[in-house]
Amino acid sequence: MKEELLMDAVERYLSKEMSTEEFSYFEELRKNNADLDLAVVEQSHFLNSLGKYADQKRFKKSLHDIELKLKLNGTIESSKVVPMGQSPIVAMFTKYKRTIAVAACIAGLVSILLSTAVTSIGTSDKNASLTPLFVKLEEQDKKTKNLQAKVIALEAATPEVARTPITSKFRATGFMIDASSNYIITNAHVTNQAKNQLIVENNKGEQYTAEVVYVNKVDDIAVVKIIDERFKKLATVPYSIKNKNTPLGQQIFLLGFPKQEIVYTEGYVSASNGFDMDTSFCQLVTTANVGNSGSPVINQQGEVVGVISSRETNDASTVFATKSANIYRAIQQARKNDTSTNVKLSSVSKIKGLSRESQIAKVSDYVFMIKGN
Amino acid sequence: MEKLEKDVALLKGLAANHASSIEHIYKENYNMIRQLVMTNSGSEDDAADVFQDTMVVLFEKAGSADFELQCQLKTYIYSVSRRLWLKKLQQHGRYFKVDTMEETADVEEDLEEHQQMQSNFVLMEASMQKIGEPCKGLLEAYYIQKKQMQEIAIEFGYTNADNAKTQKYKCLVRLKKLFFAEYKTL
Repeated sequence: MKEELLMDAVERYLSKEMSTEEFSYFEELRKNNADLDLAVVEQSHFLNSLGKYADQKRFKKSLHDIELKLKLNGTIESSKVVPMGQSPIVAMFTKYKRTIAVAACIAGLVSILLSTAVTSIGTSDKNASLTPLFVKLEEQDKKTKNLQAKVIALEAATPEVARTPITSKFRATGFMIDASSNYIITNAHVTNQAKNQLIVENNKGEQYTAEVVYVNKVDDIAVVKIIDERFKKLATVPYSIKNKNTPLGQQIFLLGFPKQEIVYTEGYVSASNGFDMDTSFCQLVTTANVGNSGSPVINQQGEVVGVISSRETNDASTVFATKSANIYRAIQQARKNDTSTNVKLSSVSKIKGLSRESQIAKVSDYVFMIKGN
Repeated sequence: MEKLEKDVALLKGLAANHASSIEHIYKENYNMIRQLVMTNSGSEDDAADVFQDTMVVLFEKAGSADFELQCQLKTYIYSVSRRLWLKKLQQHGRYFKVDTMEETADVEEDLEEHQQMQSNFVLMEASMQKIGEPCKGLLEAYYIQKKQMQEIAIEFGYTNADNAKTQKYKCLVRLKKLFFAEYKTL
């Protein structure tokens, strides 16, 4: 605390916000206390650097905006000309380097697929005598599948015109906490990305419109509600939300969307506070990747004990989660702000004592991708 | 003389981050620098980068109290860009082929200063990346976006401006630790 007071004093000292008396008193203190003087010098350097940093950041933002504007309206040139001194073919290669690399990747994938197809033809040839039966079965199967597909397509088409999926700028994770009113928890830093649209997508790829109900940046928590009428309500959430701190060493698992499908990860609670002793968070040892933000952290008893928020830059296995008690605080606060917000959390876990596989199977339906733009 | 007065006014606008001044300088100089870089083995993106870096040098200079423009702004911009691009080329063992402007100003000292400032900038940026939320957002809101404490309190969910301020100082102390830790690794 002492250091924060000093920081406040030095900042006002540098920006000349001090009264004359305070200023001379502070000068006097500096003169008589070498330690303090050193601290002031250090802090001045830091605050000056921060000030310059902020100025430059602001300036670069202006530069960027203006450059873009001028290039768009053609005031300054931006046509891709072949630079002199480079043979056109080399220039072309530099220009399309990235595209070429991507094309190469795709070529790799395609050839693998192709070779699989070739193998399967080979095997069916060998068992020629058996093949017809299989084919028939397959045909039968195909027919039913086609019918099913038609039914699904019809179902989807009936309520309204088929929707095209939105183009989203980001993907993260969220999980349902109240299935009767479709409330979902994710991170504040996730919903902040959604300037225009917020979309919740289930593991079948179905997208539903959602809105932000409450955001707390300090705890990095956001409450989101699915407002899409097409969304079919789920049964009561299988897990409960823990309102107490989790003991160190407790085994936990995560379900989230670091890729376009749900991914399961294990780990344990390694410290009761977050980065630099932040008490809103706890520390985990696990692997979390980009897209895991907002993933539920669940213990063996089937209780949600946290929400994945961030990880240490230099150490990918040190992951921070906002404590689940913050979810209680968030919904209380949300209720205070708007009395129509009524979130009911289930206090009993329905998956306690189940095998991990069944726990995952039950929880998966309640974990969603959060997308938007 | 009139020309110089206009340049000085532009620089004042630049230091104050006025969009109109920045736009004016862009319009009058960008294509010249683009030409310089692109006729000397650079790409479109290189040209944009060099021009941006030049603008940052100019911004730093224009903001310092003792800055005096000794030559035309155009010459100064050309000289800085030229020097910056030459350094880049030399790093790859290459040299200039085409030089269009005869007269260049001596910008060596200015660029050295810029280099020093830039290393502080890089340290601060690295520390900001490490500090995590909500501190990063809060400090950016206050120092970069220049938002009022009251506004920040609402946005970040603090009960009042004083609480937001306390949190800001906590974040500052944390950032300072990171900053000096980075310093020592240099």
